[in-house]
Amino acid sequence: MSEPVVGFGAPIRLEYNYTPGSASSRYLRSIAEGRIVGQRCPNCEKVYVPPRGSCPTCAVPTAEEVELAHTGTITTFCVVNLSFYKEIEPPYVCASILLDGADIALFHLIQEVPEGREVTMGMRVEAVWVDESELAPTLESIKYFRPTGEPDASYDSYKEHL
Amino acid sequence: MAETVETQTAGLSAPHVLEYPYTRSVGPVIGRFLGGLRDRKIEGIRTKDGRVLVPPAEYDPVTSEALSEFVEVGQAGVVKTWAWVSEPRPKHPLDRPFAWALIQLDGADTALLHAIDAGDESKMSTGMRVQVRWREETVGMITDIECFEPEAAS
Ligand SMILES: [Zn+2]
Repeated sequence: MSEPVVGFGAPIRLEYNYTPGSASSRYLRSIAEGRIVGQRCPNCEKVYVPPRGSCPTCAVPTAEEVELAHTGTITTFCVVNLSFYKEIEPPYVCASILLDGADIALFHLIQEVPEGREVTMGMRVEAVWVDESELAPTLESIKYFRPTGEPDASYDSYKEHL
Repeated sequence: MAETVETQTAGLSAPHVLEYPYTRSVGPVIGRFLGGLRDRKIEGIRTKDGRVLVPPAEYDPVTSEALSEFVEVGQAGVVKTWAWVSEPRPKHPLDRPFAWALIQLDGADTALLHAIDAGDESKMSTGMRVQVRWREETVGMITDIECFEPEAAS
């Protein structure tokens, strides 16, 4: 009898051409300038980042642009123990980060967590950008977020954004 | 990083690739079937009512009993149905027009899906006989069968 096969690599690859649309294109261009720009709903006043051009709750266009801080609060996070990228040594943390002034959390990598300190909900973080010469219209222009060392934000300050 | 381009409508556009590095576990029955291909033989499995399934299944489709009686089948068979691919895509098994076909091998009671290198759609017909073309190097994958080809006139 032949030696049986146990398994084989079966990668699945999907090739898209991603067109973000006008609102997200403006946001990505702001990223290329080292800025983070969202949009505010004229009705409920929620600030969306990245902006989609309209408010999904109120169904109205979101024309007003709002520049956001480069600091925020971790609302939730996960510890990644598998290696997906050669550049990042596991374990590492990916987190939902509510930028100050925003009502939607961004998902990004957390690095430079001080020895002996664990990532927590409410942890205050700041964006670490690539060198100015490498800025491009992609969220990869922010390399990662790192703890600021400020006291944790109170649960009440982000509980509506989980 | 992907290259981002400006579109005519002043929006951005960029290639975006999503890739999942899956490893597939095949189980004992398909594992033996694939191992057989590496040795250039094709094995099916016999059901309780005596039919031979190719590719083999772990359980009887009628009685649900576990199956274990492997049966080697022929390396040629009959085309049961087919579809012509006039413009192959990058991941297709052949880089020239070919047919996807269900092929019932000699000694089998079910049909196997594979590609047929027929050259031209006019050479294809339901009921035609085809034979295996093995890849030069076999590794225990369904692609060890490079494709099927119209049976050589004897
Ligand atoms: Zn709204």
